[in-house]
Amino acid sequence: MAQPRADAPSKIILEGSDLSRVVDRIAHQILEKTSGATGTVLLGIPTRGVPLAHRLAARIHAFEGVDVPVGSLDITLYRDDLRLQATRALGKTELPPGGIDGLRVILVDDVLFSGRSVRAALDALKDLGRPSSVQLAVLVDRGHRQLPIRADYVGKNIPTALSESVKVTLTEIDGADEVKLIGGLQ
Amino acid sequence: MIKHLRSAADLDAATATLILDTAAEMAALSGREVKKLPALRGRTVVNLFYEDSTRTRISFEAAAKRLSADVINFSAKGSSVSKGESLKDTALTLQAMGADAVVIRHPASGAPHRLANWVEGSVVNAGDGTHEHPTQALLDAYTMRSRLGRLDGLRVAIVGDVLHSRVARSNVLLLTTLGAQVTVVGPPTLIPLNVAAALSASTKVSYDLDSVIPDSDVVMMLRVQTERMQDSYFPSSREYSRRYGLDLRRMKQMQEHAIVMHPGPMNRGMEIAPEVADSPRSTIVEQVANGVSVRMAVLYLLLGGK
Amino acid sequence: MAYLLKGVSILGAAPVDLYIEKGVISGKPVDGATVVDATGLIALPGLVDVHTHLREPGREDAETVETGSRAAALGGYTAVCAMANTSPVADTAGVVEQVWRLGREAGLVDVQPIGAVTVGLAGKQMAELGAMATSAANVRIFSDDGFCVADPKLMRRALEYVKAFDGVIAQHAEEPRLTEGAQMHEGEVSTRLGLTGWPAVAEEAIIARDVLLAEHVGSRLHVCHVSTAGSVEVLRQAKARGVRVTAEVTPHHLLLTDELAAGYDPVFKVNPPLRTASDVAALRQAVLDGVIDVVATDHAPHAVQDKECEWSYARPGMLGLETALPIVLSVFGPQWDLIADRMSIAPARIAGLDGHGGDLTQAGTPANLTLVDPAASWVVDPAGLASRSRNTPYAGMTLPGRIVATFLRGEATVLDGKVAK
Repeated sequence: MAQPRADAPSKIILEGSDLSRVVDRIAHQILEKTSGATGTVLLGIPTRGVPLAHRLAARIHAFEGVDVPVGSLDITLYRDDLRLQATRALGKTELPPGGIDGLRVILVDDVLFSGRSVRAALDALKDLGRPSSVQLAVLVDRGHRQLPIRADYVGKNIPTALSESVKVTLTEIDGADEVKLIGGLQ
Repeated sequence: MIKHLRSAADLDAATATLILDTAAEMAALSGREVKKLPALRGRTVVNLFYEDSTRTRISFEAAAKRLSADVINFSAKGSSVSKGESLKDTALTLQAMGADAVVIRHPASGAPHRLANWVEGSVVNAGDGTHEHPTQALLDAYTMRSRLGRLDGLRVAIVGDVLHSRVARSNVLLLTTLGAQVTVVGPPTLIPLNVAAALSASTKVSYDLDSVIPDSDVVMMLRVQTERMQDSYFPSSREYSRRYGLDLRRMKQMQEHAIVMHPGPMNRGMEIAPEVADSPRSTIVEQVANGVSVRMAVLYLLLGGK
Repeated sequence: MAYLLKGVSILGAAPVDLYIEKGVISGKPVDGATVVDATGLIALPGLVDVHTHLREPGREDAETVETGSRAAALGGYTAVCAMANTSPVADTAGVVEQVWRLGREAGLVDVQPIGAVTVGLAGKQMAELGAMATSAANVRIFSDDGFCVADPKLMRRALEYVKAFDGVIAQHAEEPRLTEGAQMHEGEVSTRLGLTGWPAVAEEAIIARDVLLAEHVGSRLHVCHVSTAGSVEVLRQAKARGVRVTAEVTPHHLLLTDELAAGYDPVFKVNPPLRTASDVAALRQAVLDGVIDVVATDHAPHAVQDKECEWSYARPGMLGLETALPIVLSVFGPQWDLIADRMSIAPARIAGLDGHGGDLTQAGTPANLTLVDPAASWVVDPAGLASRSRNTPYAGMTLPGRIVATFLRGEATVLDGKVAK
């Protein structure tokens, strides 16, 4: 997909404490929708889904004192667009010690776009075990789905044009919390 | 990413480290129930073996299959190869079959380099003559890193028939690239002239195993073929074993943390005593297991992208 | 036919009009002579190669006497000495006469057969050297080239025996026990490439032994394709002592080094192997000093399948006839007297080819000569060579000096850079 140029105009959608509030809201929704997050595992999709999963777990603990196991699920080897790009380095796949069998897995990612990453994650998950159910939490939903996939928890819906891109940065990886919309603005 | 893996010299430190890191992920995934990964679905990997090496072939085959590639085994025995078909004609046949990668084992040094001229896909050297065996070096480096936690600054002794060893050549190149300090040890007849100038300037040479052992983090024993005796490289297996074999007495001189490696197949009682081969210091069985993960990483990185 | 070479420069001297008539240099103008515009061209005595492989009989798919003769004429040669390692081996009067006759029939260069020293090149039993010497082929050089006459007793006997007919043994100096399985020069590159080394000492030890043997029995010795700095030193000392030894070097050993093996392309595989840059420098100096007498091609055509394979399985050898003069010119520059001596006069003397290597300024000298355009350069295209084989190591290189014409006993074998008959 064509990327906007580096010097393309950009607009900040969320930053700093806004982003924290959005994470808090998702944590509350999870608690509400899963009746206290029991029997639940958070699996972040590398790269930025992993710190988001850890933040959600921390917030859930802060709100209700519940410890939700957190892991990571790398989807690189399951992507359907591997051959469209240079070889990608692998991310980590680490399941919590209790595994995922019979548990509710909540996949966590930063941006939901075509839905292909989530499809790859579902395929990867199937090879790792048999959860009782799978849900999806995303920080941003920018639309333009190419597969019949929807998120159970959405931090913020951002209507976008295909020519635009959404860039999420997180303190743990990038040094600052920010969601930016790049390109397309005149 | 590189296109071919013909020599350990094809790898810079960043690429070699990427392979080892990827192998670590592959190893983690190999522990689970469903071992197959879909990354190379629809890709064809040909194992072109001009020498019998069941171990290496099976290792590459398992690696390719775990990544869902189609595997074709093309062995010198019982094929057109034994009818005298040239490497070039075989290459053109494989090309026509749509091979995305050819893993080649060949008795002639440089055969993978020649093959790369005649196929469009990637060429992986699985051992060529007395030249190189880069995936063995990668799995050795992987094993050292997982046992000792690092490669940078590690002191590695490679002991035995360095002159004829493809494993030694690849290990010297790769380990030096990754910051280890390599000493090759053996009788002067089996250490190539100009080894440091030829392979890497930091390589040291010693003819005295006893002086090297206490300083080494890794002692890698090479297989010594008894045929070398007939060719006057050394007088007898007894003398070889006494001067350059790793026995219990020598193993006791090793540091607490130091490990013993061997690429196999071993001559127990010749270059390595059975008690040493079976000791907890020995990584010989791990090396085999790590071989599959490392070869998965190599195949994925060569074939996984555009 | 008579020719006028108009405005030709003999060995770089001031331009003259040179007439050729009845096979010799004419001292005076000849009426009706065909005019060749030789402005800017250098006349050299026709080149003489003491070391050529023509492959016939036996490997006519790689070269024949006819195709090799064409390549030779195009390279400026008027005589080539054909090595004995054919199939059958040129170890009898019958085979050497066959090669000699094929050369005559082709008629482009004088093909002077070299006889084998031992039966079947096997190094065991002396071949009938006298019968070859008195045959129609009039053999004077004997060589087991490709193999060394390694047995010191046999070498001594051969050196002695050929004195009866003023023959010379041309030794392929390679101690066979030191080169078992050897694939390339033993050094840093062979260690890196994992190819079995061919140590310099394997050549030097044989040359040292043979100059002592030749000195002891008072015989002539010729050393083929000298390739190492150490060999040059052995020869320098032997010559200083007065030993009757001559030596040749190939164009490729004057230019190429073992680093070229790095890609395992067997077009760079040759025996003796390409050596190091310091060997190349010593060999160049030896040519300048006269320690090395001759530049000889060791032209060794090989069929495609013998080179398009694994390095270890490939046959050693390189094409040389059509590129020798340009390589020598690129190495030494326009030192025409030096070039004429090392490529024509000295080899003709060693091979006993009286009509070749003559003085072109003297009337009556047999008109064996070649015209070179030193200002022209050309790109080596294997497909464009006259040899039946394609194994040139110079493919794609731009070389100085084009052979414009070659004359054999007054008849043009090459005109305008093309074979004339």
